[in-house]
Amino acid sequence: MFGTLSYKTQKNIIIFSFLLIPVALLLLFTYYPALKLVWFSFTDWDGYSPEKPWVGLDNYKEVFSNPDIFGVFTHNFAYFVMGIVQNIVAIYFAVLLNGRLRGRNVFRLLLFLPYIMNGVAVAFMFGYVFDTTQGSLNLLLQAVGLTSLGETSWLGTPGLVNYSLASTGLWRFMGYNMVIYIASLQAIPRDIYEAAKIDGANAWQTFWRITLPNMKPVIQLNLFLTVTGALEVFDLPFVLTKGGPAGASQTYVQRVVETAFAYNHYGLASAMSIILLFFVIIVVGLQQFVLSRGGSGK
Amino acid sequence: MNSKKFTGIDIIKYLSLLIGVFVVLFPPYVIIVNSFKSSDEFNTASTMALPDSFLNFDNFKIVFERGGLLTGFTNTLIIICIALIFNIIFGTMVAYVLGRFTFKLKKAVFGAYLFATVIPSITTQVATFGIIKQLGLYNTLGAPIILYIGADVIQIILYLQFIRNIPVDLDENAMAEGASLFRIYRSIIFPLLTPATATLVILKSISIYNDMYTPYLYMPKQSLGVVTTVLMRFQGVNIADWNLISAAILLILLPTVILYFVLQKYIFEGVTSGAVK
Repeated sequence: MFGTLSYKTQKNIIIFSFLLIPVALLLLFTYYPALKLVWFSFTDWDGYSPEKPWVGLDNYKEVFSNPDIFGVFTHNFAYFVMGIVQNIVAIYFAVLLNGRLRGRNVFRLLLFLPYIMNGVAVAFMFGYVFDTTQGSLNLLLQAVGLTSLGETSWLGTPGLVNYSLASTGLWRFMGYNMVIYIASLQAIPRDIYEAAKIDGANAWQTFWRITLPNMKPVIQLNLFLTVTGALEVFDLPFVLTKGGPAGASQTYVQRVVETAFAYNHYGLASAMSIILLFFVIIVVGLQQFVLSRGGSGK
Repeated sequence: MNSKKFTGIDIIKYLSLLIGVFVVLFPPYVIIVNSFKSSDEFNTASTMALPDSFLNFDNFKIVFERGGLLTGFTNTLIIICIALIFNIIFGTMVAYVLGRFTFKLKKAVFGAYLFATVIPSITTQVATFGIIKQLGLYNTLGAPIILYIGADVIQIILYLQFIRNIPVDLDENAMAEGASLFRIYRSIIFPLLTPATATLVILKSISIYNDMYTPYLYMPKQSLGVVTTVLMRFQGVNIADWNLISAAILLILLPTVILYFVLQKYIFEGVTSGAVK
């Protein structure tokens, strides 16, 4: 039946019917919530009343003027720092595993392993690593003679707790970055290395002059992902410390969720979400700009 | 062939790799040894000591009986299967239309999908919550399913990349033989997108299995637990019993770890092709 229609008619039917549901879903679950969020952010809505009293820019003023809210971002900073460390470690292992090495497949398999592990299970697992009295990290430190370091309260010390949590993120995602870096290394043409060898370049020069520049786009991409990832951290502190001790490990998204669903300040939470969204869009925009400039040289 | 001497640099290389592997395997090791310990044994021995017996499965039995783990696995599996089927169907459909035809609103639709990748769904949750409630999906399996289908656009981007590499000649030849456009989609495009589908299945299964936020927020009902929320509840109730929680953690880690070792080649391919945009 369908096949007897002209291709022009078929094309129109296909375009309409194939796009109808997917685009409807896209609008309903991405753009409609985003617009609603903008509207809520100008109101004082509590989440259930029919009225949504208009308050103008008050919510935004509150977010920026209340150091208690905006200051939460300092907790996210730890994830950014550890994200940088994670990329450096990942590049190091990627370069090692891309070279001639015995058992490199086994090393790659094991280093990537944490990535496929369930996030909540990993969070609880690290609860037992970081526990002060019975945690395996402190027992290990004591066993090697670092007795005083082995009494650290990794999750109970404000300031330190965010780095402990962020190092769990490093543990979990380093292998992922590494695999991406290995793929980018394998895309570098062999003959460039051959030529460098003939010119008498040593390993260090080869790394700085050939390997690293060729990895630049991927490194940039991963660094931007690190920034947006650090802005959006939620699971790990939510599961492992519930934001404690005394809110010291609460991240921004956790704060948004709490403001909306625990304190019913939907308006304020919406403004906080919009601000986060704005930051993410700036980072991604910057990334597009930097990457497209880097790409035009090729 | 390889008679080069073991140099100092080699030692550093292997040493750092071994340290890396140790750091990776150390936390799971602690979980494994404790999941086989009885409560008495756990209280007397060091956390890091090996258990008396690796054949003591009591903890696992208790977890299965009390933890609702079976419900969690079942619900997770249902969600993954349904979400994936629709992701594959919708993803290939949109990619076919956007990849093969020119029409008025093409740029707008394409741009809408691209920009959607920038909007983190975690930020719009406050508004999405109301929509899910209005649809009557709150506290049903439908909530995460429809969100994994509708609020995530990775499948569209993935298929769009792949469809570019399928030669348009194939479509044209089929048209010369009188095949309908639907037939071209079903018999040429859809099968040729299989590598992308494999990638999608791997990436999406991992992310749904690991997602805590969506089920936690939209399905607080006890009977609707998925692996992540079941584990969280079990931990909350048995917080002092490390040996029990270790067993629960191990049971939840096991399926993906086994799949990983079996499908490692495809997982590495999937991860790299999914990331390189």
